[in-house]
Amino acid sequence: MAEVIPTKTRWFRLSYQALLLLGTGIMVLPFLYMVGSSFKPPPEIIAWPPTIFPKQATLENYLTLAEKAPFVRFFFNSLLVSSVSTLLILFTSTLAGFVFSKYSFPGKNFFFILILATAMVPFETYLIPLYLIVKDLRMINTYQGMILPYAVMSFGVFLMRQSIGSSIPDELLDAGRIDGCSEWKLFRIIVVPLSASAIGALGILAFMQAWMAFIWPLILATSREMYTMEVGLAMFQQRFTIEYGGVLAGSTISILPIIIVFLILRRNIIEGMTLTGLKG
Amino acid sequence: MGGGNREGRAMVEKKRTWSLERKRRTFCYLALLPILSIFLIIRVIPIIRTFALSVTDASLISLKSNYIGLDNFKNLLSDDLFLLALKNTTLFAFATVALSVSMGLLLSLLMYRKSTLSPLYETIYFFPVITPMVPVAIIWKWIYDPSYGLMNYILFWFGIKPIGWLVYPDIALWAIVILSVWKVVGYNMMIFLVGLRNIPSMYYEAARIDGAMGFGLFRYITFPLLKPILLFIIVVTTINSYNVFTQVYVMTTGLQGAPGNTVRVLVYDIWENAFRYSRMGYASAEAVILFLIILLLTLAQFKIVKSEA
Repeated sequence: MAEVIPTKTRWFRLSYQALLLLGTGIMVLPFLYMVGSSFKPPPEIIAWPPTIFPKQATLENYLTLAEKAPFVRFFFNSLLVSSVSTLLILFTSTLAGFVFSKYSFPGKNFFFILILATAMVPFETYLIPLYLIVKDLRMINTYQGMILPYAVMSFGVFLMRQSIGSSIPDELLDAGRIDGCSEWKLFRIIVVPLSASAIGALGILAFMQAWMAFIWPLILATSREMYTMEVGLAMFQQRFTIEYGGVLAGSTISILPIIIVFLILRRNIIEGMTLTGLKG
Repeated sequence: MGGGNREGRAMVEKKRTWSLERKRRTFCYLALLPILSIFLIIRVIPIIRTFALSVTDASLISLKSNYIGLDNFKNLLSDDLFLLALKNTTLFAFATVALSVSMGLLLSLLMYRKSTLSPLYETIYFFPVITPMVPVAIIWKWIYDPSYGLMNYILFWFGIKPIGWLVYPDIALWAIVILSVWKVVGYNMMIFLVGLRNIPSMYYEAARIDGAMGFGLFRYITFPLLKPILLFIIVVTTINSYNVFTQVYVMTTGLQGAPGNTVRVLVYDIWENAFRYSRMGYASAEAVILFLIILLLTLAQFKIVKSEA
């Protein structure tokens, strides 16, 4: 459709673009400032006027980071907790999604609504009894305790139910049954392989959710070796307020994996997060 | 004879389907057992126990706790720190919701027309959303630094004197609002954008034929059709804002941050009472209040939107 654009509209569009560009600048400036400053030698970090990019770039802040606090350990803890949480969420969500979408049994709706409804209650409001339960299970300051609340995900069950319900035909399952497959085997050889893309999308969201967790690991990790990256950073910036370079280098490292994954899988992540109301 | 045989076969058939049915049901319950037990342990029981704990004087140290009725709630009403936290959180939530929702809507309208730059914009506006809160709060704390920070430098260009952003309670609250809006605005924008792009273009064409233009199109077509999305975003942002914790924890602790209780919010108060002072019952009463506030606000928001429709 060939449109004749009046001058007034053209000016409008230009100002749209200008506003959007300005917003873009505001969005990226803090990141540039952080990454740039993390490469500055200490005196340059507190120089006035502040600059974005270092005049004399140095890796010093990164190289000395491990000496100041066990950041390698923090990173490992985050990686372990997030990976196990992701695997558990993928397993429980896919299995439950399969059951909720392809079978009928007494109590089905009740269980499904229960899983969704409890997600509406903010985590922070039932934190205290949860802590007491984990304490009774003797899981304070352990990986198991840190993972437990992140072992299931209501949204994951919902997503997998939708996906399996719409993408796997009942005939295929019946064909498998005629060939003598048990229900469990149907799950393994038909449902899981055919849901790979939904499982992948859920996996990213689950991983990000666990990686970003803060208040739970903060409460649960009572010794420094158990801190996750987020908790370690928050503690480090409290105690070493003079070590700006180290704090900024640590922040950059903790953001990096997420940014890289995001740049590769941008579409899936944006779609996954907007379609569902899930939020970091 | 033949009839009896058929009947017999039907019986066998029925028995077989029943045993198949039973096998499938067993599978269903076995498959759901682990996930349902975890939900029970980490959600259902804690949610119920929050209410039960809120009427006790439970603490971490003493294992025995006594029923004390509504005493915790009565004490909360005269607890200055709690009231301050309630006030701050409410102010924070309203400011964050108002700013991030209106700016998200504006940005989505600006981005509605797809251009070659759209994917770039979407990516960049989404960066803060996917970034963990702790490093983000650290950067902003540094940006707000009174002597070396970028914020005061930018203000300096405009001839504004340096501000101690995180030093004074009133300003610090707004500093945290700015950071939070910056972090969430891209999310709200994307959701509005999905909503906008789902509005069939024939509505606009029909309205244009009827003579609607510019703002008229927005007022009579876009806005009414966007209402469910608007409601969703407001509800989600309100809930998240009432639960604000991480950015407050990072920005108001440490030497260069604000001292002590500058910006006290509800979850911070709950956390401190429960895990620093071990007042589990008291903190649970606070959590119940937080839960009720969120519930009432959500219901109210649904009601307002419904009555207008």
